[in-house]
This record gives sequence, structure tokens and C-alpha cells, in this order.
Amino acid sequence: MADSWRTYGETGIRASWRTYRMVAGMWIRSTMAYRSSFALTLVTSFCVTFFDFVVILLMFGQVRGLGGFSFAEVALLYGTAGTSFGIADLTMGSLQRMGKRVRDGTLDTFLMRPAPLLAQVAADKFALRRFGRVAQGLMVLVWGLYLLHVEWTPLKAVLLPVTVVCGAVIFGAVMVLGASTLFWIQDAAEVTNSFTYGGNTLLQYPPTIFAQDLVRGVVYVVPLAFVSWLPALYVLGRPMPAGVPEWAAFTSPLVAAVCCGAAGLAWRAGIRSYRSTGS
Amino acid sequence: MLRLYATVAAGGFRRFAAYRVATAAGVFTNTVFGLVLSSTYIALWHERPSLGGYSMDDALAYVWIGQALITVCGLMGGGFEDELIERIRTGDIAVDLYRPADLQAWWFSANAGRTAYQLLGRGVAPMAVGALVFHFTLPSGPGGWLAFLLAVALGSVVGFALWYLVAMSAFWLLDGQGVVQVAWLAGLFFSGMLLPLNVFPGTLGELARLLPWASLLQVPADVYLGRYEGWELAGAYGFQGCWALVLLGAGRAAQGAATRKVVVQGG
Repeated sequence: MADSWRTYGETGIRASWRTYRMVAGMWIRSTMAYRSSFALTLVTSFCVTFFDFVVILLMFGQVRGLGGFSFAEVALLYGTAGTSFGIADLTMGSLQRMGKRVRDGTLDTFLMRPAPLLAQVAADKFALRRFGRVAQGLMVLVWGLYLLHVEWTPLKAVLLPVTVVCGAVIFGAVMVLGASTLFWIQDAAEVTNSFTYGGNTLLQYPPTIFAQDLVRGVVYVVPLAFVSWLPALYVLGRPMPAGVPEWAAFTSPLVAAVCCGAAGLAWRAGIRSYRSTGS
Repeated sequence: MLRLYATVAAGGFRRFAAYRVATAAGVFTNTVFGLVLSSTYIALWHERPSLGGYSMDDALAYVWIGQALITVCGLMGGGFEDELIERIRTGDIAVDLYRPADLQAWWFSANAGRTAYQLLGRGVAPMAVGALVFHFTLPSGPGGWLAFLLAVALGSVVGFALWYLVAMSAFWLLDGQGVVQVAWLAGLFFSGMLLPLNVFPGTLGELARLLPWASLLQVPADVYLGRYEGWELAGAYGFQGCWALVLLGAGRAAQGAATRKVVVQGG
């Protein structure tokens, strides 16, 4: 059913973008109807992620280095991973609630509309308050860069912003991949959390403190290391983990593209196997 | 009357036991977070052995106790407050108030059933995995386990009382999201979920150890690690019991005020 309906609507990236903007815009306007409530939730969102960083501050209140990394270096790792994750969470975070729509059948409404499904689901209940996480990540990133004395080269200066964007795309692809599995098993949304939220927590710390198998896992199996670790280690002039060559620090765009491809395939397979509840 | 609440509790247990995939997904996530946190704690305790009076093995046990108790003691949400708030918002709460049962006791029983299931379904497995991977501190004998279970039971009562109070705010605010978020934030930080409370510096640490959230994870963990002996253990239980009574009482008072004064939503 999904495919036959889709032919009536526009497809492709431009249509997706238009749909996303329309749905997200609608939710932003509806949030702005309660301005003080929005301000409160934005502040809370900022604080939640800030507390996350307070833990690292408390840790460095007790020690000088963690796994051989100084506070400023950990702040850089934290800032890059946190900003990327924040952007992905802001734009794609609604996907994890799709399981409920599959279970109770309200996804049908979305399929009836002549607009790309992924854009509709991703923009559903778009929450601008999640920008708090992006802002917090950026602040820590800037703080880290201010404390560090990086020997800047043009390459490093380009690498850092590219990394943040590619990292967001990789996280976003993981979220789409996780949402695709919800077509088959609606209750498994939490598994995605362990790769997104868990991955974000992992990337905030230096790779030297983790077991080598775990590090190899996020390089070769779920390529989260390309979100921030590898490029950030290059900027810091640190050796690469798990026997990865140094040029791998520049392959994040490639990895992001591959992840998007895999996520797209999984999403299509998911839609094809979708059966409504029928009620 | 007791039989009614026992039935409600059994229903709470069965309701959560029905979602096996969700339980398995939760166990997986708790295990992954446990692995990540363990690595950071190992790095931290490697730099500062006996930080906060914990040995490395104690600190690792703490990580996995935390992962096991997240849903049991309501460290990051009580697991029932969203539903209760929704019932208040939509006016369905009127049906609950008509029942020949006390509202708080009803939800307490349902939550007790949920807690029992979460302890078995989501508590045991991650801790077993953690123990296999890291060989952390275990309680001394069956007595130690029993003492720990009693502290967990009291912790879950305090957790319920906290989240029930949060849900009651919806009678006045209707949209409980703001309060839920603040409570979530406070719970996350002051329960010691992110870092043990005895690692918190100075006054902040002293304050954190006196707040009700300390009953949820820090006290059960310290009982588990055998840091209380004799009367100190009784004191720890007393601390949890006092907060449980105070917060349950506050929840009752809020419930009383709400049902007397507030107009229920709906037609």
C-alpha cells in the first residue's frame, strides 16, 4: 500500500525537505503559543545536558587526567560528540516514538498523505527545546578549544566543522536504522538508545580508557568512532586507536554517506513490511 | 481490602511482564551503559584509588547496582507518573476516584507489582553480566543480600512517593511536563546515578546525602557494600523510612487538597 500511495505524492530529497520544514514549522508555532512553558523546557533541556558535563567537572576536581587526557582535551571530545548528537537529536529525535504509532495504527494517517513518510515521522512533534543540547555542546566545544593550544593548520580548521556535521549525520542514520526495526518489533526502541545516548556518552571520554574490543566495535561494527573520536584525536595530535591509520580521521563524510545508504535501505524494507493494526 | 491491593499489585506485575521484548531491550541498554560507565569509573579510580572511600571493586559494583535499580527505584522516572498525569489531564481520574479504593494505595500497589517485576526482569540480568565481566564486590553472604533487598524495597517506596507527589502537581498545572522534567533532573543528579554521592565535594556532597534522592541508590549501594554495621544499618533504614513517611504524607495531603478543591477536567 505504501508504494502505490507514494507514487501520488512527490518524492526525493526536495520533497522531504519541504515536508520536514512544513511539519516542523507547524510544531514550532504550536509550541510558541505557550512561550513561558517553552522557555522553561529550553532551560531544563540545557541544564540536563549541563549536569552531564558537571560529572566530568567533578571527576576532574579529583584527578588531573583521565586515561592520559587533560580536561581541555576531554572537553573537546565532549563538545564535538555532544554537538553532533544534539543536532541529530533535534532533527531526528522524534523517530524513537514511532513504535507507538506502529502499534496503535496511527502511522496510517501519515501514509495517506502525499508526502515522504520519513520526513513526516522525523518532524512529528518537533521539539525546538532540544536545541538546548546543541547549545551546551557548542559551549563546551568552544571552551575546550579556548583552553587547548592547538597547532592550527588549514586542514584542522576545515576538519572540525565538517566533523560536527558528519557526526550528526551518522547519529541521524543510526536513529533511522533504529526506527526501521520498529516496523517489526515495536517495543525495541530502547536498543537504539544504547547506540545513540550510549554512543554519545562513550565518545565523551578518551578511547584510551575503554577495553580494546569495545573501541574496535565502534570503529568497525557501529562506526560511531567517526562521529568525533578519530577527527578529534587528529586535531589533538594523538595516535589513532585500534590500529586505525591516520588518514581515517578524514573519512567521516564517506562513513556518513555509507550509513545513510544503509539506513535508507532498512527504512524501505521496513515500510514494505508494514502491516497496519487494522482497527 | 488487603486482598484488593494484592490483586492490584499482581496486576501491576503481570502488566509489565507482558512486554518481554521491551524488557530484553531494556536489559541490553542497561548493560551497554554499565560497560561504558564501568570503563570511566576504572579510569577514575585508577588515578585516585579509594576515591570516596570506595575501592575499584566497590565502584564497579556501584555502577551495576545503579543500572539494576534505574527502573526499580525510579531513578529516571517512576514509570507510572506519565499515565497518572494523563488521567488527571483528561479527567479519567474521576473514574479512579469513584472506586471503593484509596487512590494513593491503589497506585502504590500497582507500582509495587511493577517494581517486583523490574527487579527480576531488568535488575538481575545486567548485574549478572557485570559480575561476570568485572568480578566486582559482592555482599557477604545471604544476610548481606537480604539487607540490600530491604534497602531496595525502602528505596522503591521513596521513589514511588516522590513521583506520586510529582504527578499530583498535575491537578493544578494540568501540563505536568515541566515538573516531571525538573524532578527527572534532580533525580538524575542527586540520586548518585551519574557519580556516587560520596565523591561529590564538600557541602554539595553533604547536602546531597541528606536529600530524599540519596535513599534511591546511594543508601542501597552502601548497604550492599557493607558500609553500615549494627546500629548504623538501622540508621540507614531509618533515613529511608523517614523520607518515605514524609513524602507519602505529602502526597496524601496533596491528594486530599486536590480532590476537595479541584474541578475535574472533562464533560
